[in-house]
Amino acid sequence: MEASKVIHAIYTDDDVLMAAVKKVKSAHHHIEEIYTPFPVHGLDKAMGLAPTRIAITSFMYGCVGLAVAIVMMNFIMIQDWPQDIGGKPSFSYIENMPAFVPIMFELTVFFAAHLMVITFYLRSRMWPFKKAENPDPRTTDDHFLMEISVHNNEKELSDLLKETGAVEINLIDKAH
Amino acid sequence: MILGALGVSYGFWDSHQYKTEEDVKVLLAAEHDGHGEAHSSEGHAEESHVEEASHVDAHGDEAHAEEGHKMSHEEHVLHQIHNRPWSALYVAAFFFFMIALGVLAFYAIQFAAQAGWSPVLFRVMEAITAYVLPGALIVLGIAVASGTIGHYNIFIWMDPDMVDPTSDKYDALVAGKSGFLNLKGFIIRGLIFIAGWSLYRHFARKFSIAQDNADDNKNFKKSFRIAAGFLVFYIYTESMMSWDWIMSVDPHWFSTLFGWYVFASMFVSGITVIAMLTMYLKSRGHLPFVNDSHLHDLAKFMFGISIFWTYLWFSQFMLIWYSNIPEEVTYFVTRFQDYQLPFLGMVVMNFVFPLLILMNSDYKRIPWFVVMAGIVILCGHYIDVFNMIMPATVGDRWFIGIPEIGSILLFAGLFIFIVFTALTKAPLLAKRNPFIKESEHFHY
Repeated sequence: MEASKVIHAIYTDDDVLMAAVKKVKSAHHHIEEIYTPFPVHGLDKAMGLAPTRIAITSFMYGCVGLAVAIVMMNFIMIQDWPQDIGGKPSFSYIENMPAFVPIMFELTVFFAAHLMVITFYLRSRMWPFKKAENPDPRTTDDHFLMEISVHNNEKELSDLLKETGAVEINLIDKAH
Repeated sequence: MILGALGVSYGFWDSHQYKTEEDVKVLLAAEHDGHGEAHSSEGHAEESHVEEASHVDAHGDEAHAEEGHKMSHEEHVLHQIHNRPWSALYVAAFFFFMIALGVLAFYAIQFAAQAGWSPVLFRVMEAITAYVLPGALIVLGIAVASGTIGHYNIFIWMDPDMVDPTSDKYDALVAGKSGFLNLKGFIIRGLIFIAGWSLYRHFARKFSIAQDNADDNKNFKKSFRIAAGFLVFYIYTESMMSWDWIMSVDPHWFSTLFGWYVFASMFVSGITVIAMLTMYLKSRGHLPFVNDSHLHDLAKFMFGISIFWTYLWFSQFMLIWYSNIPEEVTYFVTRFQDYQLPFLGMVVMNFVFPLLILMNSDYKRIPWFVVMAGIVILCGHYIDVFNMIMPATVGDRWFIGIPEIGSILLFAGLFIFIVFTALTKAPLLAKRNPFIKESEHFHY
């Protein structure tokens, strides 16, 4: 595989970073990745990232949880062994429904929350013992790093990045 | 600029005034027809069966029938028929008053919490709260009139015979509560509540207007302080008001959650009305500084408080259903037997519908979507009040017919008239509020 080159432009301020992202975008360069120490409000919009669909998955997981709760209690309490426990009507699910609502609610929340979190971990590839992908340890403290792929236009790119207020520009060989 | 805003709002109000006044006239006539009908045709037909029945104390609650006030079924039904126009009027009056009071509480919270998004909506909220004083007086007036002019049509405990041990209508339970439930105390408490609410409203409005032309933030600080004080006063009086004005229609029944439950209902309807009025004014071009993020926030409140209402509704219902103590459970038994459709329908309207409609964040920014959800929520909360009052007064003889719709339209007309008149009295953007800049640029 060929060794592709990337430029790492380092910034020290999120406002400068935002302005730089807009400039690089308008010059039609592809931003591979941006590393920041904290969430920068509006960065995803500036980069043109697609909105997340995690809320939709969460809604569906919630529906699954609700279904699980209903099916489970209908089987246990109504069909399998409809005992008379303290005079509660166990003839049909709906008759005893209010007593099941706390469980239905909790399981809905449980499924929606936990499965959504697991989805998030899977989609963002996070797990214990995962090797950190940090190109520069300073980006976890007070620096912002923009990674742009280079297609034989290093000079032009680094000039552009200089202009946007980058404090440091490094050309990196990324051996694949 | 003030003159311009005034002029615009006046033109706006002028076109509205005509509509509402005509509305009110037509509706009043309609309502009187309703009264006449209920009283003359049905009422008199029954009266021929039972002599002097209208003076007998009867009540819709099954508990009373069971506990044996000595009366025939005809007397019972006749009284329910007589109760209906009173209750219809009372439900509608309370519903619109409740909206105004809910908005007042929301307004005070915005001040006390120093919210940065809502100051552009303060004038809209202030206009809605203009209805608190007249609305509350009307509610109290109807309540008192039902006990003095009417034959204890809404609150049976107002009947002095009920606490008179020598009377055959003597009710030991009601007599035991007469330390709290007596007409004099009821009126005095009501007047104290109303005075407190309208004083806060008066001063909050005054400081808000004064802040427009002030050169320091003194008025704002005063607003902040009285808002905090009012919220303390409000949560006590709102709770007591709900015992007095709503829970006591069933003097044999009690619930500790009731004050909160009524609060949730008034709060969500109040917020819904703020959202709907804001959208209406914006669509007419009177609120250029309101953007869809403000709408989004209001819709989030509608969504959240709808769920809060359901939580309280269900908590009250489930605790009583679960333990099933006869003296408490009659409340829900009557509602389940005679009011199945409104009782369960309101849960769908106030919970399932807003839950599914307002969950999506994009939909919360679409005005017609929020208006549609708002209409359903408001209808749902009207039915909520209906469910609180009607089973105790008319029992199974309920119907949403001419008296009910007439009263709704009467008070809707009055409400709209007062609110839009109040809107003309001040510029629609509060100036010099310390948070107004933030609010104008609010973006979510």
